[in-house]
Amino acid sequence: MGKKLLIHNEHVAGIHTYEVYRQMGGYASVEKAIKTMTPDQVTDEVKKSGLRGRGGAGFPTGLKWSFLAKPEGVPRYLVCNADESEPGTFKDRYLMEKIPHALIEGMITSSYALGANTSYIYIRGEYFYVARILETAIQEAYTNGWLGKNILGSNYSLDLYVQVGAGAYICGEETALLESLEGKRGNPRIKPPFPAVAGLYGAPTVVNNVETIAAVVPIVNNGGEEYAKIGVGKSTGTKLISASGHINKPGVYEIELGIPVEEFIYSEEYCGGIRNGKKLKAVVAGGSSVPILPTELILKTAKGEPRLMTYESLSDGGFITGTMLGSGGFIAMDEDTSIVKNLFTFARFYHHESCGQCSPCREGTGWMEKILKKFMNGTANEADVDLLWDIQSKIEGKTICPLGEAAAWPVAAAIRHFKQEFIDIAKSKKFVDVSHYNRLNKTKEAV
Amino acid sequence: MPKVTIDGIEIEVPKGTTILQAARMIGPEVAPPTMCYYSKLKTSGGYCRTCIVKVSKGSAQNPNPMPKPVASCRTEVMDGMEVQNITSPEVLEARKGVVEFLLINHPLDCPICDQAGECDLQNLGYEHGAVKTRYEFKRREFEVIDIGKYIKLHMTRCILCYRCVKTCEQITDKRVHGVIHRGDVSEISTYIENAIENDFSGNVIDVCPVGALTDRTFRFKSRVWFTKPVDAHCGCNKCSGKVRLWLKGEEVLRVTARKDQWGEVEEFICNSCRFEKKKKSDWVIEGPSPISHQSVISQNHYNHLNEVKIQVLKQQKALGFAETKGDSVTRK
Ligand SMILES: Cc1cc2nc3c(=O)[nH]c(=O)nc-3n(C[C@H](O)[C@H](O)[C@H](O)COP(=O)(O)O)c2cc1C
Ligand code: SF4
Ligand code: SF4
Ligand code: FES
Repeated sequence: MGKKLLIHNEHVAGIHTYEVYRQMGGYASVEKAIKTMTPDQVTDEVKKSGLRGRGGAGFPTGLKWSFLAKPEGVPRYLVCNADESEPGTFKDRYLMEKIPHALIEGMITSSYALGANTSYIYIRGEYFYVARILETAIQEAYTNGWLGKNILGSNYSLDLYVQVGAGAYICGEETALLESLEGKRGNPRIKPPFPAVAGLYGAPTVVNNVETIAAVVPIVNNGGEEYAKIGVGKSTGTKLISASGHINKPGVYEIELGIPVEEFIYSEEYCGGIRNGKKLKAVVAGGSSVPILPTELILKTAKGEPRLMTYESLSDGGFITGTMLGSGGFIAMDEDTSIVKNLFTFARFYHHESCGQCSPCREGTGWMEKILKKFMNGTANEADVDLLWDIQSKIEGKTICPLGEAAAWPVAAAIRHFKQEFIDIAKSKKFVDVSHYNRLNKTKEAV
Repeated sequence: MPKVTIDGIEIEVPKGTTILQAARMIGPEVAPPTMCYYSKLKTSGGYCRTCIVKVSKGSAQNPNPMPKPVASCRTEVMDGMEVQNITSPEVLEARKGVVEFLLINHPLDCPICDQAGECDLQNLGYEHGAVKTRYEFKRREFEVIDIGKYIKLHMTRCILCYRCVKTCEQITDKRVHGVIHRGDVSEISTYIENAIENDFSGNVIDVCPVGALTDRTFRFKSRVWFTKPVDAHCGCNKCSGKVRLWLKGEEVLRVTARKDQWGEVEEFICNSCRFEKKKKSDWVIEGPSPISHQSVISQNHYNHLNEVKIQVLKQQKALGFAETKGDSVTRK
C-alpha cells in the first residue's frame, strides 16, 4: 500500500466534523506553525518539501510563495482555487466533501506563512453543496478558536471566506478567478503584472489549488524533508488522481508520485484494469487539456522505459510522444472508444467555456467544434483533418491565457496519434449520434 | 534608456515604452497593425492579437527568446531586446491566422456598411488576409440595435476589441456599456439596451475599428470616399471643439473627431459638436484634413502597402526564404 497523507482518514466515520477531525490529530500544523515557527520557516519547509502546484501547471509552491511581494502597509491575500472544472478532474471535490477541515487547516497554516489576514476559497458554482460543507467547517473553526482574532493567543488573526462562482471553467484561471472574486466579469487579465505583485484588489496575492494547500498540513507536521522522501526526483510527495473512463474502479486515489502508469491502471489497489476484459486504447492522463496518448506511449516512453506517474516521466518526449500530469484527471479509454467523438465533446466544452476576449480562442474554438461536428454528421472529408490541424496551430501560443492551448492541444494530439481514425470516419460517411449533447446546448447557438 | 531592435532597426526609447510604441516611433513600415490597442485609452490592447510579434532576444541580460509570440501593444521593451515583425515569416503566418479568425464570423456586408472606406478590418484584410475563406458554416448574427437616438449597434460586425467599453469606462461619467455572455456569443451591451445618455458617448463611434458602432445621423448619407474632410473648430464649452467635417458640396454630412496617422482620435469631442452642429456656418473651417495612411480615402494608401510588401519580400529573400506564392510564405 502506498503512503497516504491527504485522504488517509477518508473512511473514518464523522471525519467531516470538527470533533473527529481534531481527534485524529487535526489542526496540529496550525499549532506547530503559530507556536513554534516564524512564517518564513513555514515557507522554508514548503520549499524543502519540493511540493509543486496541484492545479495543473506544477509550479514549485515554495518558490511561488517566496515571490510574494511584501510592501509595508498593504494587505496580502491567499486565495484557494476550488474552481475545479477541468473535465476528468474531481479530486478537490472529494477532498473538500470528505475532509473539509483538511483544507481549512491548510488555509490557516499557509495564510500564516504568507502573512495574509484575509483569505478566500473560490469554489465553482456547481459545487454549492460543497460550499455549504466548507462554511460549516469554517464556522466550527471559528468557534474553536482556529480562525478570527489572535489565533491561539498569538497576534496572528485570520478571516476566511468562501466565495461561490457562477459556474465558468475560465474562472479557474487564476487571474479570471481574481476578477470574478472582485465581482467583475471573469476575464483573464493580461500579464504582467502577476498576482504575486498585483493580485486581488491590486494587492500581492498567492493563488493555490485545494490539494496544494491541503498538502501543506503534512509538510508542516512532518517536515519538508520527510515529505520529499516520497516520490521520484522533482516529483515529490503524494498526488490525488481522479480516475475515470473504462476502468473497473473509477474514483479518487492518492498515489505516491513515481508509481508506474501500468501499475496505476492494472493493480487492484487502484483502477483494477480495464472493465469487461477490454483492451486499453488511449489515456488522457492529466485532465482534458493534456495530450491524449495511445496505449503503447502511455505505458512506456518512446525510449522504451516504463512511464511513471511523475511530472517528468509523463512529459518525457515533449508533446510528440509525451503528455503532462496536469491536474491528475486520468481518463482511460478502451478499444471501443471513438477518439474523434471524444475529441468532439472536448472541443464542444472549450468552445462553450472560452471567455471570448481574444480572437484566436473566441473564434477558433467554435470553428474546431463545428468541423468536428461534421465528423459526427458523416459529412466530413479528409481535408478537414488538415484544416483542424492548421486551426489549432493558429490558436496555440497566440492567446491571452492558456485556455487557448487547452483547446488546441487535445486536437493536435488526437490527430498526431490517431489520424487514420479521422480519415476512416471521413471516408465512411457514417453518422455518429451525439444528439444527447444538444439537450445541454439549448442556450447556445446551434452547431 | 533601453535600446530595442525591431526588424533590424535599432531605436532608443524611454523606459516603459511598449514594443508597439517603439515600432511606431520607427515608422509605419515596421509598426504592427492594431485592432484593439488605442493609445488614448488606458488598459486597451491585448485582445485582438493582430499586433503579435516575435521576441527573438529577450534582453541584454537575458538573451533567451520568448517562447511564444507576444502582443506588442502590451509588452514593454527591455534593453537589448530584439523583435521581429515583418521579417518573421512565422509572425506573418500567425497574423494571417488572426485575421482569418476575425473574419470568419464577420458578415462582410461592406457594400452596405457606413464604415466602408475607413474600416480597419477592411484594411487589415487587404494587407494580411487570404483570398478565399475556409469557413463554411453559418456566420453568427445579432439584431441591429439603436443605442439612443444617435448611435447604431451592428453587433454582427463587432470584433470585440473592447475599445468602446474602455471609452465608456474612461471618458463618460456613468458606465452603462459592457460585455454580456461569453465566448463567441459575447455581446456589447448597454445594460441592457439603455441608451447612453452622456455628452461624450458619441466617441464610441470613432474608436470602433469596424462598422459595429455607427452614426445614425450619417446613416446611408454617402460613401465616405465621396465626402471631403476638412478640419474645423468652434467655441465649444464642453470639449475642445476641434473636429473634422465631412462635406459633400456645401453640406456637412458628418462630424467626427480628428484622427492621427494611426487612426486614433486626437481629442475626444462632445455629442453637441458631433451630432447637432450640421451647418457649415456653425464652424470655422481651417483647411483640408491630412488623411492617414490607414484610410483608403488617401490615394497613396495602396502605394504605401505595395512599398511594405516589397520590403517584406526583400527581407525574406535576404533571410533565405523560398519564393512566396500568393500571400503565403513557405520555408525552404
Ligand atoms: C482555463 C484554466 C482553468 C484552470 N482551472 C483551474 C482549476 O479549476 N483549479 C486549479 O487549481 N487551477 C486551475 N487552473 C490553474 C490556475 O491558473 C493556477 O495555475 C493554479 O490555481 C495555481 O495553483 P497551484 O500552483 O497550487 O497549482 C486553471 C488554468 C486555466 C488556464
Ligand atoms: S484564451 Fe480564450 S479564455 Fe483565455 S483570454 Fe483568450 S478568449 Fe478568453
Ligand atoms: S462595438 Fe466596435 S469598438 Fe465596441 S468592441 Fe465591437 S468592434 Fe470594438
Ligand atoms: S492591438 Fe495588440 S492585441 Fe490588439
